[in-house]
Amino acid sequence: MSLRTPLGRVLNHGSARDGVSHWWVQRVTAVALAPLCVWLSLSLLDLPTREYAAVTAWIAAGMHPVLLALTVLLAAWHGWLGLSIVIEDYVPRSGQRLVLLLLSSFVNAWLAASGVYAVLRIALRGAA
Amino acid sequence: MPERPLSPHVTVYKWTYTMTLSILHRVSGIALFAALIVSVIWLMAAAGGPEAYARAMSVLASLPFKCLVAIAVLALCYHFCNGLRHLAWDMGWGFERAQARRSAVVVVVVTLLAAVVLIYALFRVGAGNA
Repeated sequence: MSLRTPLGRVLNHGSARDGVSHWWVQRVTAVALAPLCVWLSLSLLDLPTREYAAVTAWIAAGMHPVLLALTVLLAAWHGWLGLSIVIEDYVPRSGQRLVLLLLSSFVNAWLAASGVYAVLRIALRGAA
Repeated sequence: MPERPLSPHVTVYKWTYTMTLSILHRVSGIALFAALIVSVIWLMAAAGGPEAYARAMSVLASLPFKCLVAIAVLALCYHFCNGLRHLAWDMGWGFERAQARRSAVVVVVVTLLAAVVLIYALFRVGAGNA
């Protein structure tokens, strides 16, 4: 016999509507990242040298800035979701868990912002 | 305390190699997060101009860092192949035990082949100018 009210019991289990979105977005970002990773790996191997001029020219060429920005953005997003699960699974103490979850969120946001900024800066330097 | 479902106690099961592959997916994911940090620093250096880029490359082209790059490439190949395996499972394919064991072997073989080719090609290109 429980003294919990029906409402309390339902709230305890959370909403049934957004539980799947974490899982789903992880899959969507994975599906998007797969071809981008193949493209990026083959492109980097195709570069004749890894000198400054060759690398920045390649980054700025054609659709490359868009694809690169997408890659960094999606990788940070996918990484944020994945790290969150790992932290939630393996860090039992709620204080440490909260600190690590915040840290992972901030680092991944920084990675996304910095990556997009760097790609745009290189791409627009040629245009200016 | 509310009663909540518990994660399976993995220590009570007999070890199978598919378990190792399962945890390696997380390990390689964490390695790729580290690789993403380094990649973004490299991009920021390229955005900062030739001097900043040369400074970053002098660190990245050093031997210890080349080993880390090789590990990152291996992690990428593994996470990519095993990720496709996970996506197949999400579609409901390959869930039978025999299928999962066979796909595990395929993932390991393809990962090692792809990683060897990629690492070789990467350092062959790098040797010319670094």
